[in-house]
Amino acid sequence: MIALVYCSFCGKEEADGDHAVCRQRLSVIDPPRYCPACARRMVVQVTPDGWTARCSRHGETASAR
Amino acid sequence: MTAAPEQIDVLDEAREQVLERGVGLTEAQVLKVLELPEERIPDLLALAHEVRERWCGPEVEVEGIVSLKTGGCPEDCHFCSQSGQFPSPVRSAWLDIPGLVRAARQTRDTGATEFCIVAAVRGPDKRLLSQVRDGIKAIREDGNDIQIACSLGMLTQEQVDELVAMGVHRYNHNLETARSHFPNVVTTHSWEERWDTLRMIRDAGMEVCCGGIIGMGETLAQRAEFAVQLAELEPDEVPLNFLIPNPGTPYENYPVVEGAEALRTVGAFRLALPRTILRFAGGRELTFGDLGAKQGMLGGINAIIVGNYLTNLGRPAQQDLDMLEELSMPIKALSQTL
Ligand code: SF4
Ligand SMILES: [Zn+2]
Ligand SMILES: [Zn+2]
Repeated sequence: MIALVYCSFCGKEEADGDHAVCRQRLSVIDPPRYCPACARRMVVQVTPDGWTARCSRHGETASAR
Repeated sequence: MTAAPEQIDVLDEAREQVLERGVGLTEAQVLKVLELPEERIPDLLALAHEVRERWCGPEVEVEGIVSLKTGGCPEDCHFCSQSGQFPSPVRSAWLDIPGLVRAARQTRDTGATEFCIVAAVRGPDKRLLSQVRDGIKAIREDGNDIQIACSLGMLTQEQVDELVAMGVHRYNHNLETARSHFPNVVTTHSWEERWDTLRMIRDAGMEVCCGGIIGMGETLAQRAEFAVQLAELEPDEVPLNFLIPNPGTPYENYPVVEGAEALRTVGAFRLALPRTILRFAGGRELTFGDLGAKQGMLGGINAIIVGNYLTNLGRPAQQDLDMLEELSMPIKALSQTL
């Protein structure tokens, strides 16, 4: 289990500052852009019914849809 | 005592001119519509809907899109998260052919008749064009007969001819905003260069898809200017986007277009473009939420992008298909488009 330390919208530490706007974006129109474990920018591919996001260190995650 | 000269109501004018005669509004008239007070918006949308039904019919054209090549674009369109010139978190990515085939199949499965293949480039190079060619071939081999559109930036005549030979039936190339505002939005190429590509597409017999983005700091007068510039082009389709303020871009702190203003714009564009396929594209989720989408469909829109966009997510396709069913709006069938 990877600890979710970083905000995957803005890449800053979850514990640091307010991420309400980030969470709203992630829930409506944005796929994750930063790896929640290490804050690296991920390679993201959006497709009509989902997305995949790959961190060079922590591997690939995909949308539930 | 002399009576004040009677003000002619722009919606009365539009009823006679646009609804009855099919003549789009002038720039001055569009501006009047964009300045209508909020309490007139329901009247505007009702008229725009009548115009759409009269001149386009009841069908809704459904489309899916996918990004074949994401990010790393050398151009500097200030709204774009895929420009390599800004510190945007979007990294470069290429979709492989099996991924493209899957995306086309997902799109066809929604009942969509259009599938648009998009690349973040100034214009296509040999590698990109050959990827598109192989992709279209693979989509056909998969037994998928969906119509294919492309959006690959500015083209040469030779590239236009190649796309026609591949069977691409429509090409998207947005003018993005009014000519007078364009230099504030993009500095690495001109509005006129985009216009030239659009003329070539038209002359080659491909359908022209050309729209833009609302909410990039343009004035209402420039929005009206843009609507009539599009009308002059006579595009087959106009995709209407609302700015998504993307992190790292020069517009990251721009406000999201407010719902009422967006609906006014939808109505005004329909009255300027009575016969065009007017498509809800990106940004509607942020601007409208779910309720506004319905109002837009009843206010002049007759096409939607379902599912996700290029770098942003949309509502699940089923949610939009359910909405169309609830509104009793038939989805355009492939047989109607051939
Ligand atoms: S040309 Fe297209 S991909 Fe490139 S920056 Fe402009 S809008 Fe973005
Ligand atoms: Zn954040
Ligand atoms: Zn990581």
